[in-house]
Amino acid sequence: MRTNPHRLESGGRIDRSRPLSFVFDGRRYNGFAGDTLASALLANGVRIIGRSFKLHRPRGLMGAWSEEPNAIVQLGSGATAVPNLKATQVEITEGLQARSVNCWPSARRDAFAFLKLFGPLMPAGFYYKTFMWPSWHWFEPTIRRAAGLGISPRVPDPDRYEERHEHCDVLVVGGGPGGIAAALAASRAGARVVLVDDRPVLGGSLQWEEKSIDGQPALEWVAAAEQELRASSSARVLKRTTAFGCYDHNLVALSERIGSEPAAAVRERLWHVRAARVVVASGAIERPMVFANNDVPGIMLASAAMSYAAQYAVRPGRRAVFVVSTDSAYEAAESLRIRGIEIAAIVDTRKDPGEIALSAQRAGIPILAGYVPVRARGTLAVKSIEVGLSPANGTAGGSARHLECDLVCVSGGWTPTVHLYSQARGQMRYDRERGAFIPAAGTKGFQCAGAAAGNLSLHQCLTDGFAAGREAAKAAGATSDAGLAPIAKAERSAVTAFWASPRDGHRKAWVDFQNDVTRGDLELAVRENLRSVEHIKRYTTTGMAVDQGKTSNMNALGILSELLQTSIPEIGTTTFRPPYDPVTLGTLAARHVGGLYHPLRHTPLDRQHAAARAVFEDFGGWWRPAWYASHGRNREECIRVEKRAARSAVSLFDGSPLGKIEVRGPDAALFLNRMYYNTMRTLAAGRIRYGIMLSEHGVIIDDGVCIRLADDHFLVSTTSGGASRIFGAFEDWLQCEWPDLRVLVTNVTSAWGNIAVAGPKARELLSRLDTDIDLDPHAFPHLSVRRGRLESVPVRIARVGFTGELSFELSLPAGYSASLWQLLLERGSPMGVMPIGIEALQELRTEKGYLHVGTDTDGRTLPADIGLGEVLARKTDDFVGRRSLDRADAKRSDRLQFVGLEAHERATVLPVGAHLVADPKTRRGSHGYVTSSCMSEALGRSVALGLVQGGRSRLGESVQIYSDGRLFPARIVSPQWYDPKGERLNA
Amino acid sequence: MLRISCPWCGPRDEPEFRWGGEVPVIRPGPPEAVSDSAWAEYLFIRDNPKGWVRERWLHALGCRQWFIVVRNTLSHEIRTTTKLGDSLPETAP
Repeated sequence: MRTNPHRLESGGRIDRSRPLSFVFDGRRYNGFAGDTLASALLANGVRIIGRSFKLHRPRGLMGAWSEEPNAIVQLGSGATAVPNLKATQVEITEGLQARSVNCWPSARRDAFAFLKLFGPLMPAGFYYKTFMWPSWHWFEPTIRRAAGLGISPRVPDPDRYEERHEHCDVLVVGGGPGGIAAALAASRAGARVVLVDDRPVLGGSLQWEEKSIDGQPALEWVAAAEQELRASSSARVLKRTTAFGCYDHNLVALSERIGSEPAAAVRERLWHVRAARVVVASGAIERPMVFANNDVPGIMLASAAMSYAAQYAVRPGRRAVFVVSTDSAYEAAESLRIRGIEIAAIVDTRKDPGEIALSAQRAGIPILAGYVPVRARGTLAVKSIEVGLSPANGTAGGSARHLECDLVCVSGGWTPTVHLYSQARGQMRYDRERGAFIPAAGTKGFQCAGAAAGNLSLHQCLTDGFAAGREAAKAAGATSDAGLAPIAKAERSAVTAFWASPRDGHRKAWVDFQNDVTRGDLELAVRENLRSVEHIKRYTTTGMAVDQGKTSNMNALGILSELLQTSIPEIGTTTFRPPYDPVTLGTLAARHVGGLYHPLRHTPLDRQHAAARAVFEDFGGWWRPAWYASHGRNREECIRVEKRAARSAVSLFDGSPLGKIEVRGPDAALFLNRMYYNTMRTLAAGRIRYGIMLSEHGVIIDDGVCIRLADDHFLVSTTSGGASRIFGAFEDWLQCEWPDLRVLVTNVTSAWGNIAVAGPKARELLSRLDTDIDLDPHAFPHLSVRRGRLESVPVRIARVGFTGELSFELSLPAGYSASLWQLLLERGSPMGVMPIGIEALQELRTEKGYLHVGTDTDGRTLPADIGLGEVLARKTDDFVGRRSLDRADAKRSDRLQFVGLEAHERATVLPVGAHLVADPKTRRGSHGYVTSSCMSEALGRSVALGLVQGGRSRLGESVQIYSDGRLFPARIVSPQWYDPKGERLNA
Repeated sequence: MLRISCPWCGPRDEPEFRWGGEVPVIRPGPPEAVSDSAWAEYLFIRDNPKGWVRERWLHALGCRQWFIVVRNTLSHEIRTTTKLGDSLPETAP
């Protein structure tokens, strides 16, 4: 086992008794439990962890947590691979496999590295300009491969993801000192509290800063606070959990990382937290500085360097130069110094940094005040940095100093992490001195606390966080006394924001490291007259991608402010959007995958169909037999055999999904008369009428039969996909338009099984069962209904059907369906009974000339278009959609009308969707199209249905139908091909 | 995601509800007395204001009752919800 050459002898929060080995870019390394992938790589001396997005420049670690823009890695392989994680946030586990992205074969030796030579050819927007001829799409695949991030797995993810809903009084986002203080206050005040933090341990910056709180070491205070919260029955602490989005009415979405081990029951969990109040204590992110070559590996944020040294016991370098404009960086320098890292100098861009610089000087650290960074030197690792007096503080010439080092720690200021607050539409004000947008008056139910509210000292964070927690609890109705806030030593935390070096080298001065956007790119965008920050963001891509501009946004604004000669508040910020940090698609999908993505409904005859080797398909959300594979060698043969049984013997069809709505009450007839286009008031009890329903626009939305069981009791049958829609429309009209009608509607669709027994031998089959219903055609004619018993099963039988044959539709309590189906198959076997699927039924109704709403009608079809125009003249009452039928457009003679179509070639099945071309020579212009089509054995030819312009007055006309390069000569006909006198139907 | 207080069931998340558009919309009639423009107005023309609006919502996955919501289209704030049949709330505070 190799040792870690850059690991400090002692200290850190790692567990040295638990060594772990992992693989990065194909090489095996060692680390300890408690390491992140980033800290372990740094301990092993791996300084190049990725290549830049566009130019493939070598990149190392800049941050130590979610702010990291460079170290993007891909974890694992195959189905469970996860792309685009930040190495700084990946906890190492035994055997972890990680790869750098956007480089090959490794980050250190990258075949695309030559691209950096072409930097001058690739300014902002270069792909729009350079690759326009002949088409961007020629170049896109290659460019996407060269400039890209991780690779998503190509096979389904086998892991399990969950989601949970949670309600609380106070949600505290961030488990640093401010957040812990807020959670303690809210919990002690009696509120239900949820505290979330994205790290594996609470404490935030306290993990690497040596501080005291309430007179004890800060981490002991953190441990006691965590214990107190965990002991409370009304508090919940979620670690490794990112609050990534805020939505309306205080809904905050969290993603919790649970297990990356293969054996973990759940990998990640999505939380929907509805909180009365939200305290955002998400801290602040340190800013890099913009100067030439500021992306060379070995240049990192001061806070990150301190975190690596103190939290992970890793030496980020041997000789460091600090380039700072903040007081906080002096603490980082001291932290590194006492761990044996030489501090070559602290370069402070402020002319007079004050007492803090003097005490550093007393500790032996050279201070260069009023100096600014000019350029870094080094390719694969930083070798030195050149600094010079700021032009504002003296002459630039002659003041240049070259400082040898292998680590540059930068600190240009602090940006409060206001993403969530801003997503909740919180207002912000600009603080010029600190160079940051700071939350102004809180938005409804949302407030920021601690560093997120602009407080940079520990003492302020604790006081502010505690007050915020107490206020939030009070606002949520908690009444107990929260007691006193924790206290820490007062300290200075001054900042004078510094964006960018005034010196040259702008084309290599990086602003957005992740997207390879330089200061030169921003200058170009402004030179090309882009003014809005939203436009500049999109043109240069600054602030986009995985890190959402965490380290780059404010520096970009600072530079733009100079270029546009406008103040930063006038430029404004770009819109913050969820997610704050990337979230896996698995988490967002949670359990809604596979069969749970769109749960299908099954009929009560599901098993019987499966036993008959039905081929199932999703028809309007129902899992139904399309055809039965037991009936032949292939699909066509099976459908043909099923149709033959229906036409010459008897068929059984499972119509259970058919919509069934009971309508009862003294005004039921009046109500249905208003809902249907057809007159339903005059329907006699025991009789059935076909009807269509319209929208208020007059368009046909559904059809089916309406059965009058008694004077005040109807059963409406809708299309299988239309049941809930029509039921909803009934409720809508009854509640909102006609609340005076005494009508009760109930959707009984799934309570009833439905078996259609159809075919010339249908009556013969039913008569072989014991029944008290008289099946004689005179006693029980077409379009009538009878109630009674079939064997021992209570049934309702309706003389209706969709095949055009003698047909009995049996309705029975769903639970009896299977036994009756079985009985019908047994008794009917001598006469050739056969179950038929949807495909056969569709062909049977097509050759009968029956239309199917939604297939043979579209979103414009009116009743007259399908030949039901005369019904209107006979009905005097108002109904839904009536006024729309009186528009001039509704009466046009050239509307698309429902007709039959016959190909000249009897064996040619016209393609569905093919258009009737107005001009066969040019094949331009449409006179309508084919909607249903099939080969009919019963008719000895192919038939089709369609919607044709003025079609009903063009019967007999020859037309040309065009599809896929071919013209089919055909004729417009009446679709009444089969049994036009209705003798079979009425048998 | 909105949190809507159904006047029958209490506060629930938005996926339980279905939006039904602005109210009031008066259905004109009888059909023979309605002009084309009045009918078009009824079918298509809505105020769509920026700010407070009265709308009807259906508690589709709950009690299946339609009710009235006063919502701000800019902030998504919901001021009040009332049952159908109660007097229509004002939009101005």
